[in-house]
Amino acid sequence: MSASVEKGINALKGQIDSTVATFFSSCVHCGMCADACLFYTETGCPTRTPIYKAEPLRRIWKSEFTLMGRIGKLLGLTKPVDEACFSRWEKMVYDSCTLCGRCSMVCPAGIDIALLIHKTREGLAAAGHAPQGLIDATRRSVETGGPMGVKLPALLAQIRHVEKDTGLKIPLDVVNADYMLLLSSMEIINFPEFIEAIAKIFNKAKLSWTISTESYEATNSGIQIGVSDIAAELVQRIVDAAEKLQVKTVISPECGHAYMAIRWDGPNLTGKPFNFKVRHILEVLDELRLKGQLKINKKDSRRLTYHDPCQISRRGGVIDQPRHLINLFAENFVEMPDAGKMNWCCGAGGGVSANERADDLRLKVFQRKKDQLDKVKPDAIISACSNCRIHLEDGLEEYNMDIPLMSLTETLAEYLED
Amino acid sequence: MTEIEFLGWVRGTGFQLATVIFIAGVIIRLVEIVMLGRKANLAEPGGSEMRSGLRTIISRMIPDKSTFQRSSFTIVSGYIFHIGLFICIFLFAPHILVFKDITGLSWPSLPTPVVDAVTVVTIISLGSIMLHRYQNCVLKFLTNTEDILVWIVTLLPLVTGYIAFHRIGSSAPGLIALHILSVEILLVVFPFTKLMHTFTIFLSRWYNGAISGFRGVES
Amino acid sequence: MTDLRNGKDKTLGEILRSQGISRRSFLKFCAATASMMSISPALIPKIAHALENARRPSVIWLSFQECTGCTESLTRAHTTTIESLIFDSISLDYHHTLQAASGHAAEAAREAAMRENDGKYLLVVDGSIPLGNPGYSTIAGISNYDMLMETAKGAAAIIAVGTCATYGGLPHANPNPTGAVSLNEVIKDKPVINVPGCPPIPVVITGVLAHYLTFGSIPDLDHLGRPRAFYGNSIHDRCYRRPYYDKGLFAETFDDEGAKKGWCLYKLGCKGPTTYNACATTKWNDGTSFPIEAGHPCLGCSEPDFWDGGGFYKALSMPTENISKTAVYTATGALAAGVALGTMNQNKKNKAHDSHSKTTVSDLEK
Repeated sequence: MSASVEKGINALKGQIDSTVATFFSSCVHCGMCADACLFYTETGCPTRTPIYKAEPLRRIWKSEFTLMGRIGKLLGLTKPVDEACFSRWEKMVYDSCTLCGRCSMVCPAGIDIALLIHKTREGLAAAGHAPQGLIDATRRSVETGGPMGVKLPALLAQIRHVEKDTGLKIPLDVVNADYMLLLSSMEIINFPEFIEAIAKIFNKAKLSWTISTESYEATNSGIQIGVSDIAAELVQRIVDAAEKLQVKTVISPECGHAYMAIRWDGPNLTGKPFNFKVRHILEVLDELRLKGQLKINKKDSRRLTYHDPCQISRRGGVIDQPRHLINLFAENFVEMPDAGKMNWCCGAGGGVSANERADDLRLKVFQRKKDQLDKVKPDAIISACSNCRIHLEDGLEEYNMDIPLMSLTETLAEYLED
Repeated sequence: MTEIEFLGWVRGTGFQLATVIFIAGVIIRLVEIVMLGRKANLAEPGGSEMRSGLRTIISRMIPDKSTFQRSSFTIVSGYIFHIGLFICIFLFAPHILVFKDITGLSWPSLPTPVVDAVTVVTIISLGSIMLHRYQNCVLKFLTNTEDILVWIVTLLPLVTGYIAFHRIGSSAPGLIALHILSVEILLVVFPFTKLMHTFTIFLSRWYNGAISGFRGVES
Repeated sequence: MTDLRNGKDKTLGEILRSQGISRRSFLKFCAATASMMSISPALIPKIAHALENARRPSVIWLSFQECTGCTESLTRAHTTTIESLIFDSISLDYHHTLQAASGHAAEAAREAAMRENDGKYLLVVDGSIPLGNPGYSTIAGISNYDMLMETAKGAAAIIAVGTCATYGGLPHANPNPTGAVSLNEVIKDKPVINVPGCPPIPVVITGVLAHYLTFGSIPDLDHLGRPRAFYGNSIHDRCYRRPYYDKGLFAETFDDEGAKKGWCLYKLGCKGPTTYNACATTKWNDGTSFPIEAGHPCLGCSEPDFWDGGGFYKALSMPTENISKTAVYTATGALAAGVALGTMNQNKKNKAHDSHSKTTVSDLEK
């Protein structure tokens, strides 16, 4: 109960570095980032221009870290960062940005706008302006281990089901395993088929793998809400489990921001390099494909397309792997326009799905995805992020589109040679 | 002050003042930026920061197809006026002499009528950019006093240069002096406005490329 | 019949004819003057008539801080020209370089001319007027300023000849030790026709005189008091080397291929673009040539303060002072200032870091 404007400003100050200064120095107000953002293109609302969302951070940089800003501050010419400012930017920063980073790819000045907005969230969260839905999810993550409040007994129950269905043993807490699998709560609750698929594939490939009962949650609400301290705490739980089990590689599941959190932000949050590797499940599967350990005997003749989850493709670098994997079984794979690193966000990443206030907006901007889908009219959509999947299902329903959604890992498992 | 005295002042004291403010301002701002520092990335790299950073400096000049379709006016007019400015500033013989005088470096110039025509095109493109700024809702929303100021100080040297070259309305010494004065205003305003992107854009693109390249994405 | 009238009573036409100038060549001169001054050809007969019937006006020529170059320019033509005859045909009652009289007699001649032609005589001045100390330049114990003001009072028109009289010229150049000023700066109550140049083109002076004799008025002047007819175009606009400028072909040194080919002299410091004069059209030495044609850049001698224009061989677009050293000093200073500011920024960041206490979930709400 101690969030305050001062803490918010202090947090923003802590976010300033040479990249921030360079980025703000380079903006020429060309407006191209708006054209790259589905929250603008689908609503036509100019306050949703990406670079404008980082305005509180810009004000702090300008007035505190530049000569002219210091002079301007003395003369009372700078725009303030105060309660009103934080409150005005709350919705812009949390409801109408999924940190998808498409703007960062388009900006002719090379500004990583998504990075700036993420940093702005640090200030807003510290000032008490994070959305209630995200705060609650974060509290559940810290207190129960996952944003949805899923606890170990639930996971164990699902594992028992999977073991019963497949007749395969799910290895728990195996010391010295090569791989340690993380899961998202969504997979545990809504998509246990994912665990089943992994079990099948890894068993076939004879991988040495395990799930830690102490730390199995991959998602990181701290990343989404923009509180590094909490994000670091959540990452540390995974690090501790991985170190305890002395695994070689930690696998991030089909979840976008989880991959960002553990693969790219993780060591920077905890402050020291990991002594294990982190791979996305698609990377692991593609390595198996290269080793010839994925034997597919059935083909899918449907018109299939792949929705690139932003944090996995554009922000994560896992772009080619899903395509190699899909081509193992797909006879009729089609790419949506802008597929790959320029793909459009589903509209619910970056914590937007946890923020009930943004529900209408995320469904409205789904229009962008619908347009993309209408261009290729697929029979089914494949993706690799549970969050994308849930929201895509919502959106398709909202827009009366009857297209099945599939997880890449699960689909692959289905087509695996028996 | 006679016209020739005015010309003498802008070529002498005025130019000194403007150059001092420009150089000091640019260096202070760049040092401020660089000294803020950037933490080393502790994650296992998925690609080379340096290679990708350098690549993005170039590749950001070429928008992808869908971006081009969405922002075609901004991109085309932006290209025209930047190339136009480059030609006017760096390929007009009298201007090259200024650089030669200060740096000792010299390069071939373009025929005067070519620069003259480019100036007209550049002025028109800058004009259309301002018009676009007030017709496009995002640009209208983003536009602040600084944007207008920067637009004016960029446009003025082109207009005064054109007028001085054709000696419209007054005699040469005064017009040339006005032209040089307008450039000095540009130099003075430069370090304290978004005109700094002339320098920082390279670093900015490098950072963007490095951040993406570290994760194995070509940005 | 012998004409017993003295020179002053003869008309110009009579004098010209007595000196063997045919009416045909006189009309040619009138036509040339008309064309030079952009006067309609229909007015040529009027010019001829006016000139032929003009009574020789009294002219008082005062020389102050000057080098006599202007007088030399007018009198040292190689051949006798109609222009010089026109000049001969005025009644030059006082000119201390040319007159035979000296001392008291000379001053008496000036006083007499002023008295006899009060309100009708022409005053021609070359040289600047020192205001710093009247003793810097005196004639017969009279300071330049006093003599000028005294003589100007009864003048019908005043012509300032040469850059010293029109803009102060060399004496006025930085640091101007004598406090030299131009005519314009001390004569405020009547118009001064400025005929600048160091020296001015002879025909420009005679042209101005011809205009005054013809129309009884002073010619159309520009904002610097110069007759538009002669100073309406820049050297650059009328220069035969202009096409090279437009093509970007420049002589880089005085002996390179470009110089030999007669390319533009802009890079060698030519002030043609900012200099308004008739050199490129009337030329010098009986129409022989002008400086640029001789391979030398225009110095801009008919413009104010051309001495202080930052070097004759420095291109017009170049800064007049050496900026390189200043740039290095500035850069060093700015680097130090930048480091100081950067350190302040780092301290601020460290302070923000130190005052940060670990954020927990309970800190997310107010």
